[in-house]
Amino acid sequence: MSVAQTTPPLTLKPASGLIKKFSLTRAKEGVIKGLLFVCASLSLVTTLMIVWMFLTEAVFGIGGNTAFFQEVSLLDFLTDTQWSPQFSEKHFGILPLLCGTVVIAGIGGLIGLPIGLAAAIYLSEYAKPKLRRIIKPLLEILAGVPSVVYGYFALVFITPYVLRPIFQSLLGIDVDVFNAMSAGIVVGVMIIPTVCSLSEDALRSVPGGLREAGYALGSTNFDVSLKVVVPAAFSGIVASFLLAISRAIGETMAVCIGAGLMPRLSLNPFRSMQTMTAYMVNASLGDTPAGTIEYKSLYGVGFMLFLITLGMNILAQRVMKRFREVYE
Amino acid sequence: MTSSMTMDRTTDAATGFLGTRPEGSRMTIMQSFSDLMHQRQERETHKRTRPVETEVVAKLDVRNLNFFYGEKQALFDVSMTIAERSVTAFIGPSGCGKSTFLRALNRMNDIIEGARHNGTVLLEGQEIYAPDVDVVALRKRVGMVFQKSTPFPKSIFDNVAYGPKIAGQRNRKALSEIVEQSLKRAALWDEVKDRLQDSALALSGGQQQRLCIARALATNPDVLLMDEPASALDPASTARIEDLIFELKQNYTIVIVTHNMQQAARISDRTAFFFQGYLIEVDATQKLFTTPTKKQTEDYITGKFG
Repeated sequence: MSVAQTTPPLTLKPASGLIKKFSLTRAKEGVIKGLLFVCASLSLVTTLMIVWMFLTEAVFGIGGNTAFFQEVSLLDFLTDTQWSPQFSEKHFGILPLLCGTVVIAGIGGLIGLPIGLAAAIYLSEYAKPKLRRIIKPLLEILAGVPSVVYGYFALVFITPYVLRPIFQSLLGIDVDVFNAMSAGIVVGVMIIPTVCSLSEDALRSVPGGLREAGYALGSTNFDVSLKVVVPAAFSGIVASFLLAISRAIGETMAVCIGAGLMPRLSLNPFRSMQTMTAYMVNASLGDTPAGTIEYKSLYGVGFMLFLITLGMNILAQRVMKRFREVYE
Repeated sequence: MTSSMTMDRTTDAATGFLGTRPEGSRMTIMQSFSDLMHQRQERETHKRTRPVETEVVAKLDVRNLNFFYGEKQALFDVSMTIAERSVTAFIGPSGCGKSTFLRALNRMNDIIEGARHNGTVLLEGQEIYAPDVDVVALRKRVGMVFQKSTPFPKSIFDNVAYGPKIAGQRNRKALSEIVEQSLKRAALWDEVKDRLQDSALALSGGQQQRLCIARALATNPDVLLMDEPASALDPASTARIEDLIFELKQNYTIVIVTHNMQQAARISDRTAFFFQGYLIEVDATQKLFTTPTKKQTEDYITGKFG
């Protein structure tokens, strides 16, 4: 009877050809990795440079320059109700510009978000594949139309042929040539493709098994869409909404042309208004000499805009994360 | 042999006596099925609370059903009667048409593009494909549980309450009662009663599947279609689902598709064997597994192919 066999000791053979000081393959890999890293960090570096530019021009001056907020107090900037940098009596209250932005983005959101989501539900849950293959690219073409075209559409079509007949002739409300409503409407149309395309992706990624389970419980197509698929895709839908609103806030040319250049603290959407972006375009296109307070106000407004969009994106991230935790 | 058969059927399902298929073991396998039947009969006599009904009432009656996905024919001239308050199992290799047939019974195939059929499917004498039949109402009466558990990303309560809610039940108290009753019927109540508001996705696989059964029961169906409800579950969860099916058949007509022949033998009253779109044989489970009349059936259940 042999007791537990002893295994013979393992002998190590020296490996050949494994150690190389330099190899072309490895060098190539290194170069590729470096190039990819540069590309990946490019957007981050750009963002950091933008932040640096805002900080130096708006918050603290370097090299003898005085920054915008060193000349205009933050309190005035946030509470003054007038924005008149070009007048002799200068006021730098952001509220009228903020108001214009909020009103126009709000109208745009009220129009664009529901329509975009409804279009997404239609494409994802109702449309036959053939029809979807036609409609989706068409909607995406809508996203490719230059925003200046939308601006003129608002000015030469929506205001005179839609808003004025309805509100001025019928209801007796004065409608300015340039007005926030027309700009809001075209901004709404502009964000439809964004909302629709992203929401549709979110809806379509909901597993088919959930739909089948819904149908098996006696749901109509509408029940399944609204009570099963939309809640399951909620985080993706919210993300598309926030992205679209960010886009509406940042929209420039269409609101410049549609809503005009009149900073006004008012909630009446039929008056001319100026948004933050429209002011920046106006100020940078005009003959504003570098170094003047008007020039610096550009950075003050820009910084504000940057903070708002940043805040929105952080909010979007939070919302998505929260609902992910609950649902996935 | 007999003594080994009396061991816990969970272990039996896990090891599986069809695991090895030596040539010439046919008789042994037949004998095993016979033992399984015997064991089951004992269990039934213990469990049965309802007197044995003498008259068998047909719940579903399918006549000459042909089914097509586009150009491809998936079912060829299938006719079958399914008795009320019984368990009918469909077995057969993958792609044999058993799932298609199951899904034809509550018109789930309607949502697949290019699906069409001819022939008749009668539920209590009513043609379910008749033009004036309300599919939504049909699916409430003929519930379905799928292979992959599909809880909605909602709370446990909202999952079970989904069916009654879309049917128009708004009363919170009535909903609570339905949810409790359904969860009890699905043998899940004790495990979840203290966390009804938690996400259904936090439940284990076996619990999720029982939740889906509870959700199907909440619409108060009288037929329950199950498409391999236990194939993704571990043996212990499988055993629970099988026990549950056994309980449910006292009130429901159950049709189950399964890949697991032992499962069919354990739980069903009648078994139908499908092969390449044809219904080869349908008979009392005991008879089909011990003395099948068709050669293909015998080859399949003895493990010669499939």
